[in-house]
Amino acid sequence: METPMMYYIVISLVMFFAGVYGFMTRKNMLMMLISIELMLNAVDINFAVFNRFLFPGQMEGMIFSIFAIAIAAAETAIAIAIIINIYRHIRNIDADNLDDMKY
Amino acid sequence: MELLPLAQQVIFYLLAAVIVICSILAVTTRRILRAATYLLFTLLATAGIYFMLDYTFLGSVQIAVYAGGILVLFVFSILLTSHPGEETEKSSKTKRILGLIAAIAGIVTCGYALFTYPWSSTAVGEAQSIQQIGHALIGMEKFQYLLPFEAVSVLLLACIIGAIMIARKR
Repeated sequence: METPMMYYIVISLVMFFAGVYGFMTRKNMLMMLISIELMLNAVDINFAVFNRFLFPGQMEGMIFSIFAIAIAAAETAIAIAIIINIYRHIRNIDADNLDDMKY
Repeated sequence: MELLPLAQQVIFYLLAAVIVICSILAVTTRRILRAATYLLFTLLATAGIYFMLDYTFLGSVQIAVYAGGILVLFVFSILLTSHPGEETEKSSKTKRILGLIAAIAGIVTCGYALFTYPWSSTAVGEAQSIQQIGHALIGMEKFQYLLPFEAVSVLLLACIIGAIMIARKR
């Protein structure tokens, strides 16, 4: 454990804001979902790192990460089902074309 | 993980480089299947980070659920909704500049806050064994998590049913 904690935090910082950039610039809904996954993953790293370095005797952060991964899986499955349904209706998954709710 | 300090450093910098480069490429490449591939590398390197922190169970969950499950979902839906080799539309310049400004401002703000906070980090001792994790996940006492565990299982069931209902053909 020679690597200082800040190194891990900086990695997850870059990853999180790469996700923010992708979410703001992309139009394709799948690309936006990939950006969300990046952000979620960065937060999971933060939980694990804070747990390991600040409270080494406990495991709350790690268990929170495990639950966050499970919830991310559920969220992705629902989001992809919605995206496929939208594609069936309008043959396009760009967020710009979703301005009307009627089919 | 009992490794030489030098080897540990080298592995850490390798994982860090993979995460930084691949996460930036994942949000800047214009081919969506490549973005999913870069996301896969990022997630695997994250699992490597968990292994370096001695959280072997978390790393295995990361590989099994994220790299194994979610990525397959992504690849299937990408192949269902776009033609291979097709490039996505280029986003407008103002949008890109706005995104870049937001990302850099966020990095600077959070970096400043993180680097000026007086941490007292001590990474000592062993991480918890998988046996302890298992007891914590299905115990009912303080610092044990039976109720959230069951709630997540109900959530997954609801999510399966919901996904089938949304995506089925009418």
